[in-house]
Amino acid sequence: MLYRESGQFSTSYLAEGRLFKLYQQRWGFYALLAFAFLAVPYLGNDYWFSAILIPFLVLSLAGLGLNLLTGYAGQISLGSAAFMAVGAFAAYNFQLRIDGMPLLLGFFFGGVTAALVGVVFGLPSLRIKGFYLLVSTLAAQFVVTWVLTQFGWFSNYNSSGVISAPPLVILGHDFSSPAGRYLLTLGVAAALFWFAHNIVHSELGRRWMAVRDMDTAAAVIGIPILQTKLLAFAISSFILGIAGALWAFAYLGTVEPHGFDLSRSFQILFIIIIGGMGSILGNFLGAAFIVLLPILLSNLSATFLAGVVDPGQLENLQKIIFGALIIFFLIKEPAGLARLWQAFRERSRIWPLRF
Amino acid sequence: MAGAPLLELQHISLSFKGVKAVTDISFTVQQGEICALIGPNGAGKSSLLNVINGVYPPDEGMVGFNGNSYRKMQSHQAAVQGIARTFQNIALFKGMSVLDNVLTGRNLKVKSSWLEQTFHIGRAASDIAKQRQKAEEVIDFLRINQWRNSIVGTLPYGLQKRVELGRALASEPRLLLLDEPMAGMNSEEKAEMSGFILDTQRELGTTVVLIEHDIGVVMGLSDHVVVLDYGRKVGDGTPDEVRRNPEVIAAYLGTSH
Repeated sequence: MLYRESGQFSTSYLAEGRLFKLYQQRWGFYALLAFAFLAVPYLGNDYWFSAILIPFLVLSLAGLGLNLLTGYAGQISLGSAAFMAVGAFAAYNFQLRIDGMPLLLGFFFGGVTAALVGVVFGLPSLRIKGFYLLVSTLAAQFVVTWVLTQFGWFSNYNSSGVISAPPLVILGHDFSSPAGRYLLTLGVAAALFWFAHNIVHSELGRRWMAVRDMDTAAAVIGIPILQTKLLAFAISSFILGIAGALWAFAYLGTVEPHGFDLSRSFQILFIIIIGGMGSILGNFLGAAFIVLLPILLSNLSATFLAGVVDPGQLENLQKIIFGALIIFFLIKEPAGLARLWQAFRERSRIWPLRF
Repeated sequence: MAGAPLLELQHISLSFKGVKAVTDISFTVQQGEICALIGPNGAGKSSLLNVINGVYPPDEGMVGFNGNSYRKMQSHQAAVQGIARTFQNIALFKGMSVLDNVLTGRNLKVKSSWLEQTFHIGRAASDIAKQRQKAEEVIDFLRINQWRNSIVGTLPYGLQKRVELGRALASEPRLLLLDEPMAGMNSEEKAEMSGFILDTQRELGTTVVLIEHDIGVVMGLSDHVVVLDYGRKVGDGTPDEVRRNPEVIAAYLGTSH
C-alpha cells in the first residue's frame, strides 16, 4: 500500500493495453526517463558512462533481441554475437561507402542486413527444434566470424580486420564525448524497447508465444508457422544488429570480428536466463546482473579485502561469489529476476497485509 | 437438415507403417448437426479427426467439405476453410492468458499487418478493437470472464477444456471438431460442457463432430452417431438406430459364444 490504486479503471480496450495502467506508475516511468535523458548526462562522470552505463544499455538491448526470439518465440539461439557482428560491420560499410549516409540510417541498414542474415540462419528452425536448433545456430557464430576475417573488404582491408567508429554526428551535433555516446545509446535503446514492447503486445507477439507454447496447435488454428518463425529471427537479428553497431561504435570505438565470439553469445543468453525469458524488463535486470555485479564485487573486494587476500586469489574469489549468486537466484526463482520483481510488486500492493 | 452435407468422407483409409488405423470409412455430416464418433480405444476415431483437418493425409479416399473435395489439405488451409478443433490432451498455449488464447483463435480474421499494429497506424486501432470485441463475446458465451487474465497453465483441467473450446469458437468455425471434450470430467462438468456444445450448435449454428466415450452423454447430445471398431465403421444413424444395432452391441458389450 505504497500508493492508492483505487478508482483507476481502464475504460477502453486501448487503455487496457497500456504498459502502465496506474498513473503513479506512469508518472514514475516518465520521471525515470526524464532522469536518464536530462539529469544523468550532467551527473555522471566518464567512468560511469564508458565502463558501466553504455555496456549495460547495449547488453540490455542485445538481451532484448535474443529474448524476442527465445523468450517469446521459443527458438533457442547461440548466434546472437554473430548477428551483432553483422550489424556492426554492415553499419560500418554503409557509413564508409555511401557518402553522406546519416549515422542513424547507417545503424538502421546495419540492422536490416543483420535481419536478412538472421532469416537465412533461421531457416533450419522450420525443421529442427530445441537443442538441435541451438547447435545449428552455432554455425552462424563460426561462419560470420570466418567470413569477416577472411574477406578484407568488410573491414576496408584493415590489416588486422579492425573497424573503427565513424564520427558520431547526428544533424550536426557531435555525440563522441562519453556523455554524448551515452545519450546516443540511450536514445536508440529507448526507441527499440518501445518498438519491441509494442510488438509483443500485438497479434505478432501472440503468434510468437503460440508457436513457443505449442506449435502444432498454432498450425491447426491457422497461424503460418514459417512466416511467424522467420519474422522472429528477422526482428530479433535486427535489434541484435543495431546493438552490435552500438557496441562497436558507442562502446568500444574499434572492434574486430573476434570481439563478437561465442562467449559474447553465451553472455547474452545468460542475461535473458537470469533476467527472465519472455519479459521486457528482464533484459535490463539480467544485463545489470551480468555487467554491474562483477564491477560491484571487484570494487567491494578492493575496498575491504585488498592487502588481506592475495590479488590473484581475490579475482578467483569474485568469480566464485558471482557464480554462487547466479545459482542462488536461479534456485530461488527459475523464471528469472523479472518474476522476482513481479512477486515483490504483488506483495507491496497489499503491504503490510499478507493476503 | 436436408440439402448438401457439410462434410462427406468417402472411402477413407489410413495406415501407419502398415498398421491399418482406419479402413474404408464413409459417412456424411449434415449442416448444423451434432455428430458423435464412438468406439473402443484404438478404433481410429482421433485418426479420422486428424484426416478431416489435414494433420494426416489419408492413403485412400476423399474428404468433401462445403462442396469441395480434397485428399490432402494443410492444417492451415483447413483453418482457412472454417474447420476448428480441440485436442484430446489439451493443446492450449500454457504461458498465455485466457484472453490471449482466445484472441489467437481469431488470428485468421486479423486484417492489419504487424507493422500497422506495432506503430498503431492504419487499420490497427479498429482491427484490435474488433478482435477484442469478438473474443469477449466468446468469453461471455462460455462464462469464463473471471479468469480472463489468468495464465492458462494455472487453471484447473475442466476450465482449460472450456478455454480450448473458446479458442476454437473464436475463429467462428463452420465445422467444430471436438476430441473427447469431456474426458476426465465429473458429471457436473460434463453436463456443463454438454450445455456449451448444444448452445454452440443452436445459437451459433455450428456443425459439430465430437468423439466421446460416455455413451449416456453421446446419446443425449447428438443427432447422429457413427460407430467405429478396429478401424471399420460398424454403425451409422440416429442414437436410437445405433442403440439397436447388433454389431454395435457386439463391439461394446461383446457377444455370447
